[in-house]
Amino acid sequence: MTTTRRRWRIPGGRVRLGWLGLAPFAAYLAVFFVLPSVLVLFSAFRRVDPDTGVHSFTLQNWSDSLHGAYLKGLENSIQLAAVTAVISAVLGLVLAYAISTSRRPFFKQLVSTSSAVLANFGGLPLAFLFVAVLGSAGVLTSTVQSLFGLSLQDDLHFSLFSIRGVELVYLYFLIPLMVLVITPALEGIRPQWREAAENLGATGWQYWRWVAAPVLLPNVLGSTVLLFCGSLSAFATASALTNGTLAIVPLQIDTAVSGNVLVGQENLAAALALNMIVIVVPLTLIYQLLQKRTTTWLR
Amino acid sequence: MTAEPAVATIEGTRVEYLDVTRVFGATRALDGFTLQIEPGELLALLGPSGCGKTTALRLLAGFDQLSSGQLLIDGRDVSRQPVNKRDMGMVFQSYSLFPTMSARDNVGFGLRLRGASTSDRRRRAGELLELVGLSAHTEKYPHQMSGGQQQRVALARALAIQPRVLLLDEPLSALDAKVRTQLRDEIRRIQLELGVTTVFVTHDQEEALSMADRVGVMRAGQLEQCDAPSVLYQRPATPFVAEFVGTMNHLPGVVRDGSTVQVGDQSVPADGQVPLSGTAVSVLARPEAVLVEASVEGDAVVQVATFFGAVTRLRMLRSDGVELLADVSSHRAGELAPGTRVAVSLVDRPVLVRTPSS
Repeated sequence: MTTTRRRWRIPGGRVRLGWLGLAPFAAYLAVFFVLPSVLVLFSAFRRVDPDTGVHSFTLQNWSDSLHGAYLKGLENSIQLAAVTAVISAVLGLVLAYAISTSRRPFFKQLVSTSSAVLANFGGLPLAFLFVAVLGSAGVLTSTVQSLFGLSLQDDLHFSLFSIRGVELVYLYFLIPLMVLVITPALEGIRPQWREAAENLGATGWQYWRWVAAPVLLPNVLGSTVLLFCGSLSAFATASALTNGTLAIVPLQIDTAVSGNVLVGQENLAAALALNMIVIVVPLTLIYQLLQKRTTTWLR
Repeated sequence: MTAEPAVATIEGTRVEYLDVTRVFGATRALDGFTLQIEPGELLALLGPSGCGKTTALRLLAGFDQLSSGQLLIDGRDVSRQPVNKRDMGMVFQSYSLFPTMSARDNVGFGLRLRGASTSDRRRRAGELLELVGLSAHTEKYPHQMSGGQQQRVALARALAIQPRVLLLDEPLSALDAKVRTQLRDEIRRIQLELGVTTVFVTHDQEEALSMADRVGVMRAGQLEQCDAPSVLYQRPATPFVAEFVGTMNHLPGVVRDGSTVQVGDQSVPADGQVPLSGTAVSVLARPEAVLVEASVEGDAVVQVATFFGAVTRLRMLRSDGVELLADVSSHRAGELAPGTRVAVSLVDRPVLVRTPSS
């Protein structure tokens, strides 16, 4: 009892009220994250008998979500997320390193501000932008055709409306996101570490291999996980670009929920969503652990 | 019986700066800087911010390039030698331990780069950590250690490669007073034990005077004076050194002849270059060279008495408006309380003089 009472009081006997500031966020999280997650979990393992309307427990939804077109959708989603996360992580890291070591404040500010804007640019406007440039009658498509006589689709086997096209479009917001999340870690690398390493006899490569890379690695991995999760769950851009025809999980959930093809697929949609939760939750925990490690080292 | 040193002694190295200049844009950070550092010597570079002392150290480490001049190590010009080939051990002002490595791995890092086996690295890192009093902390990471412990590890790391010269760039300035004093004594003990030539940059004169064999006082990229601490304190070569090192009183006086100067009704011998007879000068006297006696006939009054343990510093005001400081034994502080009228004179030993324009 005493311990509990102390927890709510600060020295001097006054009651702690700071936690009240968290209350709105906690309530929001409970209603719009915890509750839907529980409903998804519950719904994924239920079926409704169309004749009697009776609810019962079943593994069929989950089984269906891991077979046939849905399994292909899951594979496509994981591939899309992995490819875009890795490419964005590498390119974003290079760009972030360039700006963190740049002596031109204007360049730094330009890239930082652009990244903040572009990382939040998606959905229909982004799809339109790419269609205008790389669509069937896009500016670049027409230019390549007229200058070189090459068709992007027939000769270069590239279609903006395929999974490769969606990957390209996702890089547009994932690379700036990587720049935003990795720049603080890069700026946390102290110049004295490099000087100390060189002073002890290290070459540039040895410094990166033994000193800088181990410090950055948790953050780079954590950021890649973040990009993977962002890419895995992205919906609006892919939907707008492919009219919902691409076989990836978010679009399959949309189809199942909206009942465009078949009605009564809500429980299957929940099972598909559950698959995504099963992938994302462990990755989020890994991300948290990696962030904690980075924070400790860059303290 | 004397115990064997845990770590092999390092053969001292001679370091020479020959007319070294370093220019940054319009600023001459070092301007014709010339200095010889003897093998096994601990030399402190002391001076105000921006005087060029850190530039001098970074040039020696190889982090920066000379604009002109020569930098010799044991007679060999190393001016163009890259930093990772110089075999210098450096301890930085800010904690610079590698955060992902334990204390043992930090100390063994330089040995790893030199191809030492794991067992050799562990053994030598253990010896050095014992030397700096951290044998119980070998597996700790930097974030698990205090600032003082981190700097001890940094010292062990710098010594592990048996550096030709040990470079200390204000290594104590981020530590609290007690730890600073402890570590100061330990650095000196270890430096003497190992015999490594050491260059120590600091803006703290107490550190410089208490640790170094010689202290080089710098100003505006040039060396004003380089001497043993006692010489620097008692016989400063320039007015700047006199002002910068320790506390100095300025008393009005007149040169009587080539060797004495009249201060009030007292005639004292003058040191160094003395202007022509009759020239009005400022006589420089340390607080401990000022004698104070309680006297109702005296022409000064004690304003403030500050207790420093064994001595008490008196701030006094003479009837002619001149303010002066004197250090007296604390057991006399009772008779020289603020408000007491006192007679002030100088110890009868040579004093420095300067003309008002110098």
